[in-house]
Amino acid sequence: MPRLVNLQPNRGGTLTLGVLPFLLLLAAYLLGSNARLTDNADDKLLPSMTTLVTTVHQYAFEEDRRSGEVLLWVDTLASLKRIGLALGISAGIGMLCGLMLGAIPYVRALLAPFIAAVAMIPPLAILPILFIVLGLGEVAKVTLIVIGVAPILIRDLALRAAELPAEQLIKAQTLGASSWLLSTRVILPQLWPRLIDALRLNLGCAWLFLIAAEAIASTEGLGYRIFLVRRYLAMDVILPYVVWITLLAFSMDWLLRAIRARFFPWAEVT
Amino acid sequence: MPVVTVRRLWKEFGTQVVLENLNLTVDEHEFVTIVGASGCGKTTFLRMLLGVEKITRGELLIDGQPIASEPGPDRGIVFQRYSLFPHLTVLQNLMLGLEFRDARVLGRLFGTARRRALDKAQSLLDAIGLSAARHKYPTQLSGGMQQRLSIAQSVIREPKILLLDEPFGALDPGLRADMHEIILKLWSANRMTVFMVSHDLQESFRLGTRLWVFDKLRHDQQAPDAYGATVTYDIPLNGRRQAAMPAPAVLATA
Ligand SMILES: Nc1ncnc2c1ncn2[C@@H]1O[C@H](COP(=O)(O)OP(=O)(O)OP(=O)(O)O)[C@@H](O)[C@H]1O
Ligand SMILES: [Mg+2]
Repeated sequence: MPRLVNLQPNRGGTLTLGVLPFLLLLAAYLLGSNARLTDNADDKLLPSMTTLVTTVHQYAFEEDRRSGEVLLWVDTLASLKRIGLALGISAGIGMLCGLMLGAIPYVRALLAPFIAAVAMIPPLAILPILFIVLGLGEVAKVTLIVIGVAPILIRDLALRAAELPAEQLIKAQTLGASSWLLSTRVILPQLWPRLIDALRLNLGCAWLFLIAAEAIASTEGLGYRIFLVRRYLAMDVILPYVVWITLLAFSMDWLLRAIRARFFPWAEVT
Repeated sequence: MPVVTVRRLWKEFGTQVVLENLNLTVDEHEFVTIVGASGCGKTTFLRMLLGVEKITRGELLIDGQPIASEPGPDRGIVFQRYSLFPHLTVLQNLMLGLEFRDARVLGRLFGTARRRALDKAQSLLDAIGLSAARHKYPTQLSGGMQQRLSIAQSVIREPKILLLDEPFGALDPGLRADMHEIILKLWSANRMTVFMVSHDLQESFRLGTRLWVFDKLRHDQQAPDAYGATVTYDIPLNGRRQAAMPAPAVLATA
């Protein structure tokens, strides 16, 4: 009998094993829901599959009676716009500052302590300030995410730039690279894969900030909807929305990974 | 005029004397091989020639001028490892020096300039036998291939001086013989002056036109750091090869 650490599941086995926890969770839910509903037909905590399907259909495919909009798509679009914009801005700031911090010692001396301090501010603690200063509109929500994510990206990318072997930078200079060319052709291209990794790791944070901001001040968005229907204990709305958000975040993660593999094959571990 | 002049050169790290009182002149197109015990300051000497290590006392001149305080295209370097750019293919690694030279803003060449650079890179690729691997990334190359590429990459800018720090240290003997052919070919095509650190005496005798042995002249058992190494032997080699040098112009197309 080989050691457990040497036993590898085959492809089918890997797939089955991967799906198993999801199925178990689903089964547990159905059992629990069934038990509670037989106990009390008006129970709201674990709605039955039929209720869930009806609600999902109503939110995803029917126009809302009051607004005439299909709520799930309106919410999804609003949220994705906010998080996409915020992540894009964060990535831009992260790359630019990370590169300059990593490449230019004077910039590092000037900004590294400041950014280290800013990164320690709990973003949710300054959310009220953002709402007061920037109003309750989109800007405040996007800014919250940027404030939460950008400093982490900057620090991570600056670290990565500093990690590049000194030999490489010396070699580039012996090939005649100026500071500009050294930054744009040697350091920057090697930061892209790390940027994607850092974004993937920060997706959870970004969604957290988004939902927090939407919960407090918004008129549409996935976070807004969840907190709106909470008042009516509408678990049949909340649960599908949570699953949907998870699915969206998961897809973004997968997309980023695919981009990395496609455009930066040299950075894949072999 | 000698290419490199060393006069009463000292190097100290804090209280540790690493190199003491070096006095040497090196002419154009010499091939200096350097041997010496581990930790005696060979790499430090190359780093001073490169301009990344400060001189404590004395003079280190290139063409009669004090050495620039940062690395430049007149002095190429091949380290033992880490000197390739992992995000560039073999061909792109080779082209980089030409792009740095001719495209100061974008760092990329287009049109005829690019074609000329490609031609030059291609002839070098042929010379080092890496044509078939030109679209591979460095991590996909063997150690020997990486070092060949690293040497060619440094040579493409036609540096006046080429510094090699144990470039073949990690390679097996069969591969080394091939590498020796390549380095001699590039050296004679280019009229550069080469400084090569090696731990392999046989290699040093075979390649060099001149061999330096770095060693300490004085020892103090109580204070091992009190005295530094200097060049204790300076041996001329391969006199015949030194005399007749013009060779196939691998790099004639600029
Ligand atoms: N940055 C540094 N700070 C302090 N001491 C240093 C530094 N760099 C080198 N040294 C010391 O200088 C001495 C010479 O180092 P060097 O790397 O030049 O040796 P070397 O001859 O190249 O050895 P090897 O053959 O093992 O590569 C060593 O004793 C080392 O400890
Ligand atoms: Mg050394």
